[in-house]
Amino acid sequence: MVTAVTNYGRSGLHDWILQRVTALVLLAWVLCVGGILVFSPSLDYATWRGHFAGTPMKIFSMMAIVSIVVHAWIGLWTVGTDYFTERLLGAKGNVIRWIFQATSGLVLFAYLVWGAQILWGN
Amino acid sequence: MLQVSVYRYNPETDREPSMQELQVDTGGRDLMVLDVLELLKAQDPSLTYRRSCREGVCGSDGVNMNGKNGLACITPLSAIAKNNRLVIRPLPGLPVVRDLVVDMTMFYRQYEKVKPYLINDQPPPAIERLQSPEERARLDGLYECILCACCSTACPSFWWNPDRFIGPSGLLQAYRFLIDSRDTATEERLAELDDPYSVFRCHGIQNCVAVCPKNLNPTQAIGHIRNMLLARGT
Repeated sequence: MVTAVTNYGRSGLHDWILQRVTALVLLAWVLCVGGILVFSPSLDYATWRGHFAGTPMKIFSMMAIVSIVVHAWIGLWTVGTDYFTERLLGAKGNVIRWIFQATSGLVLFAYLVWGAQILWGN
Repeated sequence: MLQVSVYRYNPETDREPSMQELQVDTGGRDLMVLDVLELLKAQDPSLTYRRSCREGVCGSDGVNMNGKNGLACITPLSAIAKNNRLVIRPLPGLPVVRDLVVDMTMFYRQYEKVKPYLINDQPPPAIERLQSPEERARLDGLYECILCACCSTACPSFWWNPDRFIGPSGLLQAYRFLIDSRDTATEERLAELDDPYSVFRCHGIQNCVAVCPKNLNPTQAIGHIRNMLLARGT
């Protein structure tokens, strides 16, 4: 058993399931929004905004944003622990990885808040 | 004449590795790569590589030939040489001891981690623990691994994390004991594997399947382990 504390879930299995479930949510959302883009007769700002005005679409979109955050963290964590390691880069590998992980976390958190603000803000 | 480029490195005397260009007269025969290595060694006795059984059983002569890992003794030139040219390198990702000989300590350490032996807490029977033909058949495609390391050293996840990711070879063996009807440590074995590195660094690219000289399928075994973890954890 390898100890890791910066991955997203409680275990490797947890991360693995979350990555797949979030991928499905994102696929469903992309298909839904793609459908709107393709099948809307006219697509001006008012129509576009109208599609996101209902609570179900807001909840669905918020779910997609949370899914991006979780999916991206798991993926970026894997990238970081593959390439930015002490084994590959020496002692500075750890520092680079922590900076990379902190930046990823910060950007993803910003997306989460910003997304919520867009959906529910005035 | 076969044009051969072979990796040379002696860490005690060389500052860095180099490729040595040599020509080998194959006499028009479809030699095995190990035969070519023997002919090269006749030209330059300092060339170093591992070999033993010369028939694909011992797993000693795993090398990288024209970019693909395999056993030199059972790889014919017709299957690997391109334009009468052969590039031979050590297995990638492991430290080089000398020329084509790599230090397999990390590979064996991962093998050791999966406890590759039967664990059974029941009192031993008078003669032996029996299996039905069906139970025994489940081990087919798993027990044949000869630990040549061709698969694990073809796996990028193993290159980046050889100290944490068990690798295709070790995981094939892990599954071999997980599904053995005589083993009673399934729960403990699975608990040891449920971290983000040991199993889940496998992204299913199947390099291991493409290079296994025994035609085994570690990716499939890893999928089975994942399903067992899934059944246990959900």
